[in-house]
Amino acid sequence: MKAFTQHEGLVVPMDRANVDTDLIIPKQFLKSIKRSGFGPNLFDELRYLDEGIPGQDCSGRPLNPDFPLNFPRYQDGSVLLARENFGCGSSREHAPWALEDHGFRAIIAPSFADIFFNNCFKNGLLPIVLAEEVVHQLFEETHGREGYSLTVNLEQQQVRKPCGELIPFEVDAFYKHCLLNGLDHIDLTLEHSDDIRAYEQARREKSPWLFDAVQ
Amino acid sequence: MAGQTLYDKLWQDHLIKNCDDGSSLIYIDRHLIHEVTSPQAFEGLRLAGRKPWRKDSLVATPDHNVPSEAIERAAGVSGIRDDISRIQVQTLDENCRDFDVVQFGINEPGQGIVHVIGPETGVTLPGMTVVCGDSHTSTHGALGALAHGIGTSEVEHVMATQCLTQKKMKNMLVRVDGQLRPGVTAKDVVLAIIGKIGTAGGTGYAIEFGGEVIRAMSMEGRMTVCNMAIEGGARAGMVAVDQITLDYVKGKPYAPKGEVWDRAAEAWSDLYSDGDAVFDEVIVLGGEDIEPQVSWGTSPEMVAPISAQVPTPSKESDATKRTGMERALEYMGLSAGQSISDIKLDRVFIGSCTNSRIEDLRAAAEVAKGRRKSDSVKQVLIVPGSQAVKAQAEREGLHEIFVEAGFEWREPSCSMCLAMNADKLGAGEHCASTSNRNFEGRQGYGGRTHLVSPSMAAAAAIAGHFVDVRELAPVQWQEEVV
Ligand code: SF4
Repeated sequence: MKAFTQHEGLVVPMDRANVDTDLIIPKQFLKSIKRSGFGPNLFDELRYLDEGIPGQDCSGRPLNPDFPLNFPRYQDGSVLLARENFGCGSSREHAPWALEDHGFRAIIAPSFADIFFNNCFKNGLLPIVLAEEVVHQLFEETHGREGYSLTVNLEQQQVRKPCGELIPFEVDAFYKHCLLNGLDHIDLTLEHSDDIRAYEQARREKSPWLFDAVQ
Repeated sequence: MAGQTLYDKLWQDHLIKNCDDGSSLIYIDRHLIHEVTSPQAFEGLRLAGRKPWRKDSLVATPDHNVPSEAIERAAGVSGIRDDISRIQVQTLDENCRDFDVVQFGINEPGQGIVHVIGPETGVTLPGMTVVCGDSHTSTHGALGALAHGIGTSEVEHVMATQCLTQKKMKNMLVRVDGQLRPGVTAKDVVLAIIGKIGTAGGTGYAIEFGGEVIRAMSMEGRMTVCNMAIEGGARAGMVAVDQITLDYVKGKPYAPKGEVWDRAAEAWSDLYSDGDAVFDEVIVLGGEDIEPQVSWGTSPEMVAPISAQVPTPSKESDATKRTGMERALEYMGLSAGQSISDIKLDRVFIGSCTNSRIEDLRAAAEVAKGRRKSDSVKQVLIVPGSQAVKAQAEREGLHEIFVEAGFEWREPSCSMCLAMNADKLGAGEHCASTSNRNFEGRQGYGGRTHLVSPSMAAAAAIAGHFVDVRELAPVQWQEEVV
């Protein structure tokens, strides 16, 4: 997994609550059996004026001029600013894949849906929860100033504003460790193989019906 | 020491160890797999040269991409017309073959929507931890299991290690007291719950559904409720084990038998929250207060009773909520203050892992019997959740009732729940749907979804607009009255 230590990036505002994963990446693109290439279809239904078809070249499609991702000033943005309950709905990991593929490295919101939140960490994408008033203030500042960037420092657990103000954030110790070092979660878990085997053996004796083969 | 909740017990029973960093390793008993969220996980195993830790915990079936039309379905995988859908289902076939995973293939008797076949075959059982790369895995919690959706990286992780690295969630009890009035179903209960707690109300919680209404519900009804726990933001929903649970599980093909059954049933009888257990949050609803529900917006919390009007955004004081409502009304083509019963339907969909079980089809058939769909409704799809449900419905003659009513009787699949197969809404079309999500574009680009119960969907198909199903007594009742 890609490590995350510090990142400075242009902020893109997504001023809407309850953005669901169907909106982040519509279902027709879930037919892909790959992990990459979802970026051009990120927010497909909001971003383009026509219906997206898997596998098509998106460069010639009509763009929705009212959608921030299409504004010239937000090109090359890599920090997404969002509202409450971002990533609700379907568990599709294609949502963080699409965000990451498009170039986002961090998402700031007052709250995230649980499964999406977990999925982000597995893909080197850092979801940051900040208080609603703080997020609101960031929206104002982003709207108010072209080229508005934030610096996210995971080690320090701080977001730095252009004015130098530091905003602290919480992050789970396990996820922080994995992200900072780009660690593979499976390798980490397999270090506990002996414990898993011991548990499994005891379980097999106690609840043998859980181990009957399905045929 | 305070007693334990059902969730505490299930967690404790599956805890391998607490790690120094505050995370915990949780053992997974059953891992269900479908074609959409698994290819990248199998590929990950392949690239790393890993094998499944315990392949007998894995059960796969294709559901999202399989066609619902009998003709297209007849030739099996090779007959799927959409190239990309076909490749995805073929990829599942290949992966199951390569990794020696049991699969209920496209036209085999065990096939169906993954959350329908799990409980009905006994592949998922009380007391299990159940995961699947699908957010509606919460459905299996109805059995008294700890079941939740995971992302594809976690699918790979569980395949490789049989565990999940997790943090314990908080406990929420949603209690529905009293009794439901006639014509009000499990779907109305869960929609009313989500209307009350909101789509983020359960975030960070495992929800246990309890109270007299839930205790009186059939297993099918409990599955409908747990299915939509995720629409309330909770990854896991669950119901305590009782006699209804045991009666349901007993005799299922993969349920324990004989002496092992007795041992299992005894172990399961402890799966309830202790009387003195403490919940972090308790929400109470009165069963009598719940009316048949209809969603009017683009989020499952945007619901109203059938007798109500579409709400007026300007009365909402919270600015983010107000713009959300305005945007939803615009997308849905509705105006504030309009009666819910004035909403006209273009299509009706009865199916999905929320409402495609036999009881759901019986409820729809009861309303449809002796009636015909409105001419203004273009299409009414009835999509059973599994091959077993389909066969049972056909034994009961339900399919004939549907066909006589002008409804289409289809093959088991997710179908128009998310429109990955050919069943889709056209732009601007309104659909009465028994599925679980009314997100923009979910049932087709520009489509407008209204979430309802199976009987409300059937009633809407007949009237051409929403009606209170209670005003539409079954034809045979009317005959008796005359
Ligand atoms: S029926 Fe709908 S919600 Fe259920 S698994 Fe299929 S697509 Fe998902």
